[in-house]
Amino acid sequence: MKLSKEQVRHVATLARLELKDEEEERFSGQLSAILDYINQLEELDTDGIQPTSRALDVNNVFREDEVKARFDEGSWRSNAPSEEMDHFRVPKIIEG
Amino acid sequence: MTQPCFMTMGELSAKLEAGEVTSEEAVLSYIERINSVDEKINAYVTVDREGAIEQARDADRLRASGSKGPLLGAPLAIKDLVTTRNLRTTCGSKILENFIPPHDAFVIEKLKQAGAVVLGKTNMDEFAMGSSTETSYFGPTRNPWDTDKIPGGSSGGSAAAVAADLCAAALGSDTGGSIRQPSALCGIVGLKPTYGLVSRFGLVAFASSLDQIGPMTKDVTDSAILLSAIAGHDPNDSTSADRPVDDYTAALDKGVSGMNIGVAEEYFTEGIDPEVDSSVRNAISVLKEQGANIKTVSLPHTKYAVPTYYVIAPAEASSNLARYDGVKYGYRSESPKGLMEMYKKTRMEGFGPEVKRRIMLGAYALSAGYYDAYYLKAQKVRTLIRNDFVDVFKEVSAIISPTTPAPAFGIGEKSDDPLQMYLSDIFTISCNLAGIPGLSLPCGFTSGGLPIGAQIQGDFFSEPTVLRVARALEKGLKLDGGKPAINQDG
Repeated sequence: MKLSKEQVRHVATLARLELKDEEEERFSGQLSAILDYINQLEELDTDGIQPTSRALDVNNVFREDEVKARFDEGSWRSNAPSEEMDHFRVPKIIEG
Repeated sequence: MTQPCFMTMGELSAKLEAGEVTSEEAVLSYIERINSVDEKINAYVTVDREGAIEQARDADRLRASGSKGPLLGAPLAIKDLVTTRNLRTTCGSKILENFIPPHDAFVIEKLKQAGAVVLGKTNMDEFAMGSSTETSYFGPTRNPWDTDKIPGGSSGGSAAAVAADLCAAALGSDTGGSIRQPSALCGIVGLKPTYGLVSRFGLVAFASSLDQIGPMTKDVTDSAILLSAIAGHDPNDSTSADRPVDDYTAALDKGVSGMNIGVAEEYFTEGIDPEVDSSVRNAISVLKEQGANIKTVSLPHTKYAVPTYYVIAPAEASSNLARYDGVKYGYRSESPKGLMEMYKKTRMEGFGPEVKRRIMLGAYALSAGYYDAYYLKAQKVRTLIRNDFVDVFKEVSAIISPTTPAPAFGIGEKSDDPLQMYLSDIFTISCNLAGIPGLSLPCGFTSGGLPIGAQIQGDFFSEPTVLRVARALEKGLKLDGGKPAINQDG
């Protein structure tokens, strides 16, 4: 199956990636080849098989919701690309 | 006396204990070696020279006041996706080039409590996506046995650092073979523990249902020592197994006499390198000589492991990597117009091609109209792959196979063909999908002098058995392939 450039562009938007023209072209070819390879899973009859989402059968692990001082005060700030008055700063959210 | 850097961790530990060498001397010996050799290998992204010397002095002081332990003062290298407090953690990516974690991963806390020294952070495929360490933003790592060859990946920096004696031992992470495959190609011992045995808290997430941290070491004994230090329940990882930790060194030398060990024909497929094939078959005969009952077993869904993995792992990755949006930490594109442009440009500029490819693949597999055909289908096949192992482990205690179908390939040889690259993990991936432990150890060399690895897989939480088989094989093979080429002129 062939993934069109339009489909590649749509998926890129879903994934919040801006692709260059040549990347769209390359990904369309490479992803199509990978999907063709993946499609061999269709040979298998999986009716009635339960899906496995995790390797260990653990469910609903609860613990007390306690505040613990794991990080140094304000340590988030040194990694923030932009911050102001104890908040992360981002470009204008409402466009137009 | 041999320089400390050329010792196994166990040997160094004995010398430290006997007072024949100090941790500071050991760290200095490693730093000197890193300074002279690592420009040819590029195993490290960051070397914490001052911090390591300081930690070594602390360890020496603790020892002087009566503290003991197999890791006290041992200089270790850590794959650069395990967070280290106040020490840069990049995941091999431009997007985290300057990220300084405010916290230690659970495994780092455990190692520090045991008195280990963190020498530095090792190179890797970007976000652990790759099998050659060529996708790192910080340039490829080279194989110490032949610097024109890849070291494997994604934990290629850790594997090369151990092989080239640039650390006493290392930690790696394994999502589809990322500990075992580079261990095989660099001639060291690498163990992917049972899913849940080692906490993932502080392991930067790639595919959360598959990722595990594990030891990469010079021999099997070191693997058991390091695993004993990092295993254990952690309330901060909800998938962490709440069960007592075994002493993994206790049963190491009990041998394999009377043990049933499986050989699955699916791992000796067409296309396997003949030297790999004969080397692993020789290893099987060594186990037989030691009294193991070799049984032919079948894992019929093995050929579906790679396609299943390339739905599940990218799907989880596309979700996990959504956090790199230029808001809270990491790289942000210069002066974007509006929020959407900031997200898209930050991610376009911050991620390399392989990471983008996997995010795209995952986003596609999870997108409306395709979820059932890809993601749900792959999860069902995952059940079939897991059931294969459950059935086989009713008959045998361990399975032996090659770790990889071929020895290390050339740098650049598979960079343009993602699918060929993915197939180099064909024998290691089903282990992660099932969640069982798997170990690679050296079992021979090609005529060209490249290492070959044998893989031992075991039932859930059977690390004591896996290590015992590996130790028996290590003793029986008595490999003497010498040291990598890089060690001879260093």
